[in-house]
Amino acid sequence: MPPQMGRNRRSMKEKQKPKNTKQTIKRLLSYLKEERYKIASAIFCVLLSSAATLSGSYLLRPIINGLTDTSKTAQEKITGLLMGLLLMAAVYFIGVIATYFQARVMIGVSQRTLNKIRESLFKKLQTLPVRYFDQNPTGDIMSRFTNDVDIIGEMLNSTLVQIFSGTITLLGTLGLMLYTNWVLALVTIIFSPVVALIGGTIASKSRKYFLSQQVALGKVNGFIEETVTGQKVVKVFNHENKIIEEFSDLNGELRNVQIKAQFIGGIMGPCMNALSQVNYTLTATVGSVITFVSRWGRGFPFAALDIGGMTVFVNFSRQFSRPINELAQQITNIMSALAGAERVFSVMDEEPEKDEGKKLSPENIRGDVVVENVTFGYNPDKTILKGVSIYAHPGQKIALVGSTGAGKTTITNLITRFYNIDKGKITIDGIDIKDISLECLRENIAMVLQDTHLFTGTIMDNIRYGRPDATDAEVRQAAMTSCAHMFIKNMPDGYDTMLKGDGANLSQGQRQLLNIARAALSKAPILVLDEATSSVDTRTERQINEGMDALMENRTTFVIAHRLSTIRNADAIMVLENGEIIERGSHDELLAQKGRYYELYTGLKELD
Amino acid sequence: MKGSLNLKHYWKYIKPYMPFFILGPLLMLTEVAGEIVLPRIMATMIDSGIGDASAGLGTGYILSRAAMMIGFIAVMITGGIGGHYFSTRASVCFSADLRQGVFEKVQKFSFKNIDGFSTGSLVTRLTNDITQVQNMTRMLLIMAMRSPGMLIGGIIMACSINSRLALVLVVVIPVLAVVIAALLKTAFPRFGIMQKKLDNLNSGMQENITNVRVIKSFVRQKFEIEKFSDANNDLMSSTLSAMKIVVTTMPVMMLAMNVTTLVVVWLGGKFVVGGSMGVGELTAFTTYITQILMSLMMVSMLFLQLSRALASSARITEVLKTEVDLTDDNASQKDRTVKEGRVEFKNVYFKYYEKRQENVLENISFTAEPGEIVGIIGTTGSGKSSLVQLIPRLYDVTQGEVTVDGVNVKEYSLKNLRDGVGMVLQKNVLFSGTIEDNLRWGDENASMDEIRSAADAAQADGFVTSFTDGYNMELGQGGVNVSGGQKQRLCIARALLKKPKILILDDSTSAVDTATEAKIRQSFTTSLKNSTKIIIAQRITSVIDADKIVVLEDGKIAGIGSHEDLMKLCDEYRDIYYSQMDKEKEVS
Repeated sequence: MPPQMGRNRRSMKEKQKPKNTKQTIKRLLSYLKEERYKIASAIFCVLLSSAATLSGSYLLRPIINGLTDTSKTAQEKITGLLMGLLLMAAVYFIGVIATYFQARVMIGVSQRTLNKIRESLFKKLQTLPVRYFDQNPTGDIMSRFTNDVDIIGEMLNSTLVQIFSGTITLLGTLGLMLYTNWVLALVTIIFSPVVALIGGTIASKSRKYFLSQQVALGKVNGFIEETVTGQKVVKVFNHENKIIEEFSDLNGELRNVQIKAQFIGGIMGPCMNALSQVNYTLTATVGSVITFVSRWGRGFPFAALDIGGMTVFVNFSRQFSRPINELAQQITNIMSALAGAERVFSVMDEEPEKDEGKKLSPENIRGDVVVENVTFGYNPDKTILKGVSIYAHPGQKIALVGSTGAGKTTITNLITRFYNIDKGKITIDGIDIKDISLECLRENIAMVLQDTHLFTGTIMDNIRYGRPDATDAEVRQAAMTSCAHMFIKNMPDGYDTMLKGDGANLSQGQRQLLNIARAALSKAPILVLDEATSSVDTRTERQINEGMDALMENRTTFVIAHRLSTIRNADAIMVLENGEIIERGSHDELLAQKGRYYELYTGLKELD
Repeated sequence: MKGSLNLKHYWKYIKPYMPFFILGPLLMLTEVAGEIVLPRIMATMIDSGIGDASAGLGTGYILSRAAMMIGFIAVMITGGIGGHYFSTRASVCFSADLRQGVFEKVQKFSFKNIDGFSTGSLVTRLTNDITQVQNMTRMLLIMAMRSPGMLIGGIIMACSINSRLALVLVVVIPVLAVVIAALLKTAFPRFGIMQKKLDNLNSGMQENITNVRVIKSFVRQKFEIEKFSDANNDLMSSTLSAMKIVVTTMPVMMLAMNVTTLVVVWLGGKFVVGGSMGVGELTAFTTYITQILMSLMMVSMLFLQLSRALASSARITEVLKTEVDLTDDNASQKDRTVKEGRVEFKNVYFKYYEKRQENVLENISFTAEPGEIVGIIGTTGSGKSSLVQLIPRLYDVTQGEVTVDGVNVKEYSLKNLRDGVGMVLQKNVLFSGTIEDNLRWGDENASMDEIRSAADAAQADGFVTSFTDGYNMELGQGGVNVSGGQKQRLCIARALLKKPKILILDDSTSAVDTATEAKIRQSFTTSLKNSTKIIIAQRITSVIDADKIVVLEDGKIAGIGSHEDLMKLCDEYRDIYYSQMDKEKEVS
């Protein structure tokens, strides 16, 4: 349900108004291009069904007139009735068929279009740089997929059709009303602005209240999300009552605005209903008087009316106010759908990961990595790395040491080109990584990331993630290398155990072991281990170490670790501080230097 | 669609608003009355006012009917607005109280209860499900009387106009009811499938976004796109199969209405020709037929809505009726507070689920004296966290007892017990708000000096003051804008501010470097000199100076004593020690 929350959070900030309407419509239409014949046929069906409904109502006039015609015999009346009804039946039948086809066609159109929009949105997302995901909260991206796409679907599904049928019905009714009796038509026409005015007033009021309801709801839901997620901390600190109090305030506030919003929104129905009844009464009264005078009096001079006409007219006047309100409603829908489409398109307009170089795909990469004088910052105003240089020969193990924020993870992020460097150069086997295709580059680097993430699926699937063609035996071998095999074989379904919700049923240490197994399966010549064993207990870690040694053999390895013992046998250790390498050398050399590393290692100095 | 409304859980929240619950639907009846009566008045206006066979009663009569109609409309709108007012009030107030009730219930939950539900599902229940129930309640109040009222009223009026003609309804209504029921019955499971596919797609999406780095580093975008594409297509086809049914309902309704109208006009027309029925009556009759069929449709929609909301209500009921399995109702010394902080485990056994065979902890006995530092060390999954969570009674022991100051923890009030214990959880959380707000969780009335000194003891003051806003810096939800090590230190500061008699750190310094950690431990000897300090750690250096070290292995105590004792007596401890220290030794 995070998506839901995403919506609430967002609606606090943004209004549901599109900014560049023309452009957005154009792009939406481009998705509908393939469907244009289907849409055209749906529109034709709408026309047909609206026309059928209108003429069906109008056909009642000759029938009723026939029935009340005093000059006809009973037999003539019955025959007339039958003929009239047969005609009506035919018209109705066409109407029903047309309605059905229109609905069926539009469902297909909207679902296929949604499918296409979702797919291209997703594809686009796969090309976006990591930076995009840093800057946009998951909930926000999710809400584009769920809420925004849904609103577009809603519009395609019903709004378009209703606008067509509403307009046609409105115009048709108006025409038929004028044709039947223009004096009576005038009554309805004069009355319409009153309806529109009252409806509009209520609608704008209710919009205002609904907005504040959304804000209040967003606050309550946000509070719930945060406190329930941190529920255990709440309990440890005995904060239950304080939390309840705070919640009570927010909840009360929500209740108060909600009563207003829902009441105002709710009375729209009865008010409109009553107004249409008033209109109905007025028309019926004036109509009755006119009919009475034209039938039994001296005749109504310029707008005579028969009973059939009068009956039909009253029915029309009932229908008349409905499409007006509907149209108004649909316009709001369109506005929010366009706003949704705009948000969807804004993702599609994001700059994809740059892969603009020569896109070389060198084969048999040996793993000679050179980081040369690299300067980088996630934000232009804050430099993280300042002129960092690292040389790693094939098969070497390079350790990065330093306090949190010193830039260790950043260096590995740059080697995989999760981010592009501002200044300097990184080469692999002498080729600038900018000139290697992203795909090739990353296929040659196996990573165990600091944050352990797993996918829904079996343990087997998860380990195999990095190399889909690996055999079961290879997966098992990788799990043994990382010591994950021990706990996996104790799980109820072994390697076929399903992991759900990012592997919530595993301990942090076990997740790390799986992550290592995943990397172990890869044959990439370059290996990055970013705090790969921080949550693994030291004895298990020692057991992995043998496997790790095998893993790192013949691979260029970058290791980041807090526990200095794990990196002792590195070929070179880089000590980073504030984005600069202040010491470099082997363990023994650095100890002999009696510098920062020595201090860290012997516990004389703190890292931060 | 299992699960009934289970009104007994909701009665408490409905009761205060009972008058609204009654007045709402009742007032809506005025609308029904108006809609039922108006076409009938209109019929007399045409038949008697205009007259079909001979001259009618004329303008005066017509106007008097008009006045009557307007009168009815006035009543209708008053009743309608009133009905909406009370229905809204009833549903909103009820659900606000319900939300409060469920929230308070969750606050009472034990850790075990929370584990039973996932937090995500608790959030959904508190947000979406309650909104669903609220919408259903409101709709039910507004429509409950209205739709059936219109149905019944319409039938009565139709019968009163011409009972023979009304026989048409005897055929139409059952046929239509059966058709609608059949359609809904087919549609419903399809909607269920659709919802599942939608959840599938969304969770896949979510996973994709959070795992973006893994996907990129393993270059698996194509695979992910295929996976998504399948889910996307699944969703489309299941939606289509559900919607196909739904779009059939409208034409079917239209068909039914049209056929009925034709039959009525045909039969009624013959009556009119025969002189047993007026034209106005015929018009009114067709209006009623439309009303009847429309309300039939509304009733069926109501059922559809209801069954969806019932699923939500069942999920809420589940929370409400969950028994809180850990309370202080039977505590005998509720006024007692933790004074010294002596902790003693006596033959403690523990497991999370009673049905499980294996114990998480077995036969644990040891004492932690005030002023002591007790270290706990052991492999992942050996039960370290479980052990310390028994002290503030986050879980209850399965067998044996845990005492604080010689009194079983079950005899304290939960509040007093937990006030005496400062605990930093392994998976800790900061809340949105300023750093100061967060630290104040430990002590609301702490002075700024106290806050700073607690932060200083946790080695947090330094980096906090380096922020531009210092203690006033806003933390994002979950403390996303500070690093892992900083977060841990803030969490420790928060616990220190409680000035607890018992301080428990559950692997709370894993992201803090050794030297800083040593400083934090150093500060305990001054700031919490007389408190009992229990520290769980991975690194042996974290506990090497402790007065007592407990070595856990598979839920049992493998050794207990000082570093020197353990080095002599405990194999497991030596094993851990050398796993961390041997390489250092070689070097020096």
